[in-house]
Amino acid sequence: MSEKPIRVLIAKAGLDGHDRGAKVIARALRDAGMEVIYTGLRQTPEQIVETAIQEDVQVIGISSLSGAHMHLFPPVVELLREKGIHDVLVIGGGIIPEEDIPYLKEAGIAEVFTPGTPTSAIIKYIREHVGSTSEE
Amino acid sequence: MFDKTKLEELEGREQKWKDQVKSKIERYPERREEFETDSKITIERLYTPVSLKDFDYGEDLGFPGEYPFTRGVQPTMYRGRLWTMRQYAGFGTAEETNQRFKYLLEQGQTGLSVAFDLPTQIGYDSDHMLARGEVGKVGVAIDSLQDMETLFDGIPLDQVSTSMTINAPAAIILAMYIAVAEKQGVPPHKLKGTIQNDILKEYVARGTYIFPPGPSMRLITDIFAYCAKNVPNWNTISISGYHIREAGSTAVQEIAFTLANGIAYVQAAIDAGLDVDQFAPRLSFFFNAHLNFFEEIAKFRAARRIWAKIMKERFGAKNPRSMMLRFHTQTAGCTLTAQQPSVNIIRVAFQALSAVLGGTQSLHTNSYDEALALPSEESVLIALRTQQVIAHEIGVTDTVDPLGGSYFIESLTNQIEENVWKYIEEIDKMGGAPKAIEKGYMQKEIQDSAYRYQQAVESGEKVVIGVNKFKMKEEPPKGLLKVDPAVVERQIEKLKKLKEERDPRQVAEALKHLRSAACSDENLMPAILEAVKAYATLGEICNVLREVFGEYQQQIVV
Repeated sequence: MSEKPIRVLIAKAGLDGHDRGAKVIARALRDAGMEVIYTGLRQTPEQIVETAIQEDVQVIGISSLSGAHMHLFPPVVELLREKGIHDVLVIGGGIIPEEDIPYLKEAGIAEVFTPGTPTSAIIKYIREHVGSTSEE
Repeated sequence: MFDKTKLEELEGREQKWKDQVKSKIERYPERREEFETDSKITIERLYTPVSLKDFDYGEDLGFPGEYPFTRGVQPTMYRGRLWTMRQYAGFGTAEETNQRFKYLLEQGQTGLSVAFDLPTQIGYDSDHMLARGEVGKVGVAIDSLQDMETLFDGIPLDQVSTSMTINAPAAIILAMYIAVAEKQGVPPHKLKGTIQNDILKEYVARGTYIFPPGPSMRLITDIFAYCAKNVPNWNTISISGYHIREAGSTAVQEIAFTLANGIAYVQAAIDAGLDVDQFAPRLSFFFNAHLNFFEEIAKFRAARRIWAKIMKERFGAKNPRSMMLRFHTQTAGCTLTAQQPSVNIIRVAFQALSAVLGGTQSLHTNSYDEALALPSEESVLIALRTQQVIAHEIGVTDTVDPLGGSYFIESLTNQIEENVWKYIEEIDKMGGAPKAIEKGYMQKEIQDSAYRYQQAVESGEKVVIGVNKFKMKEEPPKGLLKVDPAVVERQIEKLKKLKEERDPRQVAEALKHLRSAACSDENLMPAILEAVKAYATLGEICNVLREVFGEYQQQIVV
């Protein structure tokens, strides 16, 4: 394949230190041929967006298991839009109640993956949606 | 343990049996070519005395309450007293958590276990910028002594034992507990409980660190020294494998890395000039009860035997209490599924049973809805009732170490021990646990196991009911706990009021003392206690320490 690999930023947002899922996904995406950057813990939405721009990624995957997703996920999309970036696919994951998902999607999080999602489903989703956002 | 000629005869008979079975298997193959535990220990078709050829009852098992404590740390175990039933609880404000505590005590819980929210665990007050969205979420928000007073309001601290999951700011929270007790008229020597206080595993697996390893270890040994003198019944650390396991380790890695961290704490305390038998009896452990039933039971038994040997042979402890590995167990949160959540009740029951058969001193059973939200009152009640059924209805508490002597359990215990020693030797070669962590060694080993586990689930090799087998179409679950979003405002308002009402001169003075103590090598506990009593906030106290000690920068290993 001569096609350029998809670049993904996996980010741990907020103070939550449970990064097993984030790291497993980072590895699965890498094994699937993507270029993956992992931010490490305790990232603010501002830091996540800054890294995403510096690293020129096409996808941001944000993870939070502490229940802070409603406060941490939407600002990532807002900050991207403020900077005029509309082609970065933002997806989220973690312990996220079903009832919060419509709000997150409305805020521009393209898809939310909850516990039990196979990594293959995430890989497939990224391949099919990279370069598009929910606005389109 | 077995007569030599009889063993030889048996060996011959076993071989014959194996030959017969072989021809059967050619016609009716077994479900799998190879069976193994989650730690990749091969499981044989059958265990017999031949599997335990070199087994020495006296040396390998001994008697309960005696070295090497394989069969338990108490001579009568649960015949004398049941384990402490201790549900980890905390959310929202101190008021709400105080209500949950009282509810659990009314339902027959026998100890408390406090979950703190992330800002508290990382040393930020509720009004800190980084606390946004996190206040009161995964635990209770504690900003000052005032919140601790509310948290334990109406709960006599001389009558309960309290476990507190707090690590980086453990000294501060312990000081608050001592101060609350004092206000209730309870002297420190009557206090019973545990602070987790295990910073090494935070760098490895849980992420709620503040300071770099050096000052963190000093805070820990300061607590050991202070409590040995002033709070003698307090468990000064709970060396935790739980989070190592949740991060994806195997059972063998869980024990190996936890005990390696334990070795580092003991060494640090000895290096700080403490006598091993002075602090070691107050060390406690915290393990995970996962799904592979027999491996988990064997794991607990092996851990006790290895720790006893480490304390006796490596550190020259003389007091048998220093050699006893006492532990709290929690069932494995990471095994709970969001799919068909009621199935989690069954998983938890088996995990809890393995902890009891493994001889735990205290137990938390997870609630079935935890892959979805914090436990509701209904789900936590079922979790507690699960323990009560095991304790009172099924008879497994009537004899000590009921599985001791099982050919399978003893073989597995031996193999786990052997594999754990290999890791400990490897870590010793690197210069000990802190060095191994610095190199990212433990982190890498754990991640490899986590990834293998995930792949096994996705390939279907590892069955998870409701996730990759026996799937069902489901309605979203109802009745999940939601933390009131107004918690933040209430907490910030309270904090503001406190700052207006307290004596600012007293606070400034106390923080000044703390700073000079931190810059010297005097024990930090008295200065922290003074600051806490002056109603300095957790954030203020941590900030002083941050300025003196600096902050830890994470090693990213993927």
